[in-house]
Amino acid sequence: MTLAVELSYWQQSILRTVGVLAAVLLPAGTFVYVFLFKMVSFMQSRLGPMEAGPHGSMQLFAEVGKFIQKEDIVPNRADARLFKAAPYLVVAAVLLVYVAVPFGPDALFADLDVGIFYALAVSSVGVIGVLVAGWASANKYSLIGGLRAAGQLIAYELPLVLAVIGVVIQAGTLNMQRIVMAQAEGSIFGFDGLGNPFVLTQLVGFVIFLIATQAELTQTPFDMPVAESELVTGFMTEYSGLRFLLFFIAEFASAGALAALAATLFLGGWYFPGLDPDANYMNIVGPLVLLAKMMVIGGLIFLVRFTYPRLREDQLQKFAWTVLIPISLLNILVTMVLKVAF
Amino acid sequence: MTAVTDSQKLAYIAGQAADARVNVEIETEGMTLNMGPQHPATHGTLRIVAKLDGEQVVSCDPVMGYMHRGYEKLVEVRTYPQVTTLVNRIDWLGSFANEVPFILAAEKLMEIEAPPRAQWIRTVLFELSRIANITLFLGDMGVQIGALTPVFYAFRDREFVLNQIEAVTGGRFHPNFDRIGGLRDDLPKGWIADTKAAMDKVRDFCDELETLLSGNEIFTARTRGVGIIPGDVGLSYGLSGANIRASGVDWDLRRDQPVGLAWNEVDWKVWTHPDGDSFARYWVRLQETREAADIVDKLLDGLPAGPVMAKVPRIIKVPAGEAWVSTENPLGEMGYYVVSKGDLGPFRVKIKSPSFNNISIIPWVMRGVYVPDVITILASLYFILGDIDR
Repeated sequence: MTLAVELSYWQQSILRTVGVLAAVLLPAGTFVYVFLFKMVSFMQSRLGPMEAGPHGSMQLFAEVGKFIQKEDIVPNRADARLFKAAPYLVVAAVLLVYVAVPFGPDALFADLDVGIFYALAVSSVGVIGVLVAGWASANKYSLIGGLRAAGQLIAYELPLVLAVIGVVIQAGTLNMQRIVMAQAEGSIFGFDGLGNPFVLTQLVGFVIFLIATQAELTQTPFDMPVAESELVTGFMTEYSGLRFLLFFIAEFASAGALAALAATLFLGGWYFPGLDPDANYMNIVGPLVLLAKMMVIGGLIFLVRFTYPRLREDQLQKFAWTVLIPISLLNILVTMVLKVAF
Repeated sequence: MTAVTDSQKLAYIAGQAADARVNVEIETEGMTLNMGPQHPATHGTLRIVAKLDGEQVVSCDPVMGYMHRGYEKLVEVRTYPQVTTLVNRIDWLGSFANEVPFILAAEKLMEIEAPPRAQWIRTVLFELSRIANITLFLGDMGVQIGALTPVFYAFRDREFVLNQIEAVTGGRFHPNFDRIGGLRDDLPKGWIADTKAAMDKVRDFCDELETLLSGNEIFTARTRGVGIIPGDVGLSYGLSGANIRASGVDWDLRRDQPVGLAWNEVDWKVWTHPDGDSFARYWVRLQETREAADIVDKLLDGLPAGPVMAKVPRIIKVPAGEAWVSTENPLGEMGYYVVSKGDLGPFRVKIKSPSFNNISIIPWVMRGVYVPDVITILASLYFILGDIDR
C-alpha cells in the first residue's frame, strides 16, 4: 500500500483487519437491509421492518442482538467439534474471496497474479463447511441438504469457471487488478469514453456467471440445499444463536463476494468512465463505485430469488450439464477465434 | 395446453413402479425420513414416514391423528343448534361450508325447508368460503415449490372475501351463521355491491396468479407429470373434489346433488382436466375460484326476496330417524350421517370429511418420486389437518 505515512507492521495489520471486516460486513448488511428486508417486502405488498430506526434501518443490529442472546444448542448425537467448527469454515471461505478483489488502484488486500483463479477456488471451500454442517448435525434433513449442496457445487463450479475463462482470454491475465485496468483502458471500436466493460463482449459469459452464481449461493431457483418448505433449511436446521448468525452472515457476504467478482470481471470493477484510473482519489471513490455495481448485481440476484419457484435437484443437474456447460464452452471457442482474428 | 396421453400416464406409472422395484432388488441400505408431525410442508400435524433410497421414495405412509379433537363424540352431548360451533372448526379455512350439510341433514329429519332467500344466501356464503379456502391453496402451492411471493398476494386478496363474510355473519373464520330452518340474519345494507367489488378483486388475483405461477417454466417443470393419479385409481381411493376432477372425472355434487341449495338456479361450468398430475389439480382449483366468483355474482343478481327463516319451534327436537347429506365443499365431498332418537341433540353423527380420503392415496402416488416431489404432491392434494383428523 502506498500511504502518506509509513505504518509499522502491527498498525498495518489492524488497518487491514478493519478494512476486510468493512469490506465483508458492509455489503452483506446492505444486501440484507435493502434486498431481504425492503425490496422483497415491497414485492410482497408489505412494509418489512419499520420500528427499529427510520424505516427499520437499525433492524440489523436488533437481529444480531437477538441471535447473540440465544442459546447455542448442540444436538446430543451431533459430532460436537465438527458441528461447532462448520460455520467458521463457511465464513472463512467468504473472507478469503475478498482478498483477491481490488477496490481501487492501490486499495487492495493482495495483488495476486492468479487472482481470479484463487478467488473461485476459495469460494468453493465454503461448501465443505456446508457438507460438514450437514453431516455433523446428526439430522437427516441436514444430511440431505449437505449432500445436495455438494452435488450442486460440482455441477455449477464448472460453468462458473468456464464463464470466467472468456474474460481471462480477452484480458490476457488472471490478475484481477489488471482485468480492471484492461477494461478501463480498452476502447469500443476506437471510442474510449466508456472504457470496454467486458459485459459488452462477454454477455453470454456474464449471464452464465450470474446463473451459476445463483446456484453457488443456493438462492432460488437453485436453493435445494436449504429448501425451507421441504428440508427445513437443510444444513442449518440444527443451528441456533451465534452459529446460525454466522451462516446467515456467510450467505449474504458470499452474495456480496460473488457480486464483487461479477462486477470486477464484467462491469469494470472500481473504474468509472470519465474518472482517471491512476489518480489517488480513486482509492476512496473506487470502493464506492464497486459497491454501487455490486448493488446492481445483488439486485438481480435477489429479484430472481424472490420471483421464481425452486427447481428439483435432477432438473438442476440436467440444466447445468446439458445447457450451461455446452454454451459456456461455445462461448470460449468464439472468444478464442475472435481474439486471434482481431 | 397439450394433454398427457394415456400411454404416457401408463409409462410414468410403470416407470415409478420399476424404479421402486430396482431399488428394492439392489437393496442399498435405505433411510427412513420422518416428515412431521411438525414440518412446514404439512401445515399442521400430519406425519409422513418415507422410506428413501437416496432421494427416491420407496414407500411412504401418512400417520394421522395428531390433531384428533373428537368432534363426532362431542356433538353427542350438544343440542342441534350448538353443533355448528363445533363443526365450523373442521375445515377452518372455509368454515361456513362445514355448517351447511349438517343443518341440511337436521332439516331433512325435521322435514323443514328453508325459504328460497335463505337457500340463495347460503349458497353465496358457501361459495365465498370456497374462495376463502382455495385462494390460500393457490398461494401455498407456490410456497411449497419455493416461490415465496404468491402467498402474500393470496393473503391480501383473501382479506376482501373474509371482510364480506364478516359483514354478514360477524365472524371472519367461524361464522356460525346457519340455523335449522334458515339463517340467523338477512344481508346487511350495501353488501351486494361490496361483494361484487370483492369478486372483481378475486378475479384479478386469479389473473395475477396465472401469470406468476401457471406461466412460469420452473413451476410447470416441477408440477407437470408429477404425482399422476388416473381417474379410476382416484375413484377407488375415494378421492373427491378438485382432486378427482383433475383426473378427468366429471363429478361435482353442486351440480349432481344440489340438496335444495341454489346452484342449479344459475349457469356455471364444472372444470375438469385430463392429466391428473399436480399441475392439473392446481389448474382446476384456479378455474374453480374464478367460477365461484362468477357464481356469487350471478346468485346476487337473482337473489329472491322474502324471509330468511322458516317457522321452527322454539325448542328444536329432531324426530327419530337417520339422514345423510353431503355437499361439494372446498376440499371435496363432505357429509354428515345424523342418527336421531328424538332428543335435543343427535344420538350419533358420522362426519365424512374429504381430506381424510384425499390423503389416503399418498402411499400409492408417492412410490418412486423424489423428496421434493413429495412436497409438491402433498401441496397439490391440498388437505386441511382439521379436516383429516376432525
